[in-house]
Amino acid sequence: MIKLVLQRIVMGLVTLVFVSGIVFVSVEALPGDSCTAYLGRLASGQRLENCRQDFGIERPALIRYAEWTTGALKGDLGISMKRNKPISDIIGNRLRNTLLLGLSATLIGVPLALFLGIIAGLWRDRRPDLWISMIAIIAMTIPEFVNATLLILVFSIWLGWVPGIVTTPPNAPMIEFLSDIILPVAALALVMTAHILRMVRTSVINVMGSDYIQMAILKGVPYWRMVFKHVLPNALLPTINLVALTIAWLLGGVVVIEVVFNYPGLGRLTIDAISDRDLALVQAIALLLAAVYIGLNLFADLLTLVANPRLRTMRR
Amino acid sequence: MNMKLENFAKSRGVFASLYKVLADMLSRPSGKLGLSLVCFHIILAIISPAITPYDFKVMDADLILKGPSALHWLGTDNLGRDILSRTMLGGRQALMVTIVATFLAIAWGGMLGILLGLIGGWIENSILRLVDAFLSIPWILFLLLIVSVVGLGNAILIPTLAFFYGIPVVRMSRAATHDVVALDYITAARARGESRVTIVRKELLPNVLDILLVEGAMRWSWMLLAFSSLSFLGFGVAPPAADWGLMISGSRSYMAIAPLAVLAPVVALSTLIIGINLSADALAKALGIDRAQKAPV
Repeated sequence: MIKLVLQRIVMGLVTLVFVSGIVFVSVEALPGDSCTAYLGRLASGQRLENCRQDFGIERPALIRYAEWTTGALKGDLGISMKRNKPISDIIGNRLRNTLLLGLSATLIGVPLALFLGIIAGLWRDRRPDLWISMIAIIAMTIPEFVNATLLILVFSIWLGWVPGIVTTPPNAPMIEFLSDIILPVAALALVMTAHILRMVRTSVINVMGSDYIQMAILKGVPYWRMVFKHVLPNALLPTINLVALTIAWLLGGVVVIEVVFNYPGLGRLTIDAISDRDLALVQAIALLLAAVYIGLNLFADLLTLVANPRLRTMRR
Repeated sequence: MNMKLENFAKSRGVFASLYKVLADMLSRPSGKLGLSLVCFHIILAIISPAITPYDFKVMDADLILKGPSALHWLGTDNLGRDILSRTMLGGRQALMVTIVATFLAIAWGGMLGILLGLIGGWIENSILRLVDAFLSIPWILFLLLIVSVVGLGNAILIPTLAFFYGIPVVRMSRAATHDVVALDYITAARARGESRVTIVRKELLPNVLDILLVEGAMRWSWMLLAFSSLSFLGFGVAPPAADWGLMISGSRSYMAIAPLAVLAPVVALSTLIIGINLSADALAKALGIDRAQKAPV
């Protein structure tokens, strides 16, 4: 058991090292560097030399990579040239805002998805399932920016219930965001719910078709007792991992949704950093988001290990 | 499930099996709807330059943000351009880029996956680690990173999309190869002394192909999503070109006055993506592959 847990943690760390390598190399391999990006049209001759000297870009890539990663471990992500501030200062509040958005969406989306997914799975191919599945496929396939734009059109322009864009500054206390995040959370939760409920549905259907459920039916176990005792524990376990993967995948959607609603989170910062060609900041955000993803997956892996006694002995 | 898989693998000739799969897809209502939506959009994309009522980039100061009329069926946008014409043309670039990129992604991802499954050992393991590492970078960040440093344009977008969306295909096709590689007929082929190339071409590829097809259909819809999200964010197609993502982002501020300027591209994009997904679902069912249980990596 301990060996398995350690194995997962080491795997996660190895992946993180690979990611930091990819992020670093892709910025490195692409034409231009932070200085040409920063100076833009002025990037030539002495000015470029000075900039490179100041930020130590002329040194070998391997040394800079080592510095970057060891700094990141200590919480120092480097300095943004454009913004002339340590990156960790810029990211702090933004990360908090994005987490607020993501957690709220998860808290609403996951229970809703479980509920609807179980219903769809139990009533497979009958009316509740057909409706739920149809709405789910529409919700999960339409791009986030389309969902979000439609939500604004209906709920803030036509009905006038909630504000369409967020005007609260990034460093405002969290409580001020609560009225702002209704629509962004709805947009994010919609996509998340649709993805997860489809997995739950399939899982429930698979378990319902298994021998031990047939056995329980033949034995005359009352239906709902069977559902809660036999079906759900077995159906929901494999979805833990998938839920973590999905939430991580939705990180991409967060970026788009933040832009649509003008929400001051990490996603909009990413877009701003890219428009400004602030490569150091982009690198830092990429590493951070990847770490979140790997962390979530690790957490899901460990949770599955704890919750499912069968996996503790078996090698997967 | 296995029945259908075997049927597809055994049936003679590519066209015969293709016909069977198509017939199966069309026998489901969702497949019928999906395929007709996809065909409609592809045909529209091909013929639209000839049939649009107006030039997509002609601006008219007298016609700014007008509602629907007999001359402009869907009204005009904030620069006085005809929305109907722009919507009809708006999918051309997205379709072209994503179709080419899908084929490339499936080709390289599928091939590498098969080779990895066949070779195994430490090469397989280390490349799989690399694949996992790539998958933990959010798609949008990766695409934006490349686009922001290298620049815009189809010549960059196609290889980038093909590369990034081919990565999960590597994993998928390796897993599929693993299921097949242990079977008797591969052992038999090896015992007969077939070369690796022959084994891949004659034994592995036909058996992994249906999984690759379903993967391709799914990747296509996600690429389309990525492409339109990129142009929505201003990193895809450059104005004044007509593109759905660009149209939605450009007309968003005027939604209260001219909702059709947003709704028309929304409907067009949504019907295409839903069509692709319904077709992918029907294709998966026709080939006997369950795709709902996979996480959308």
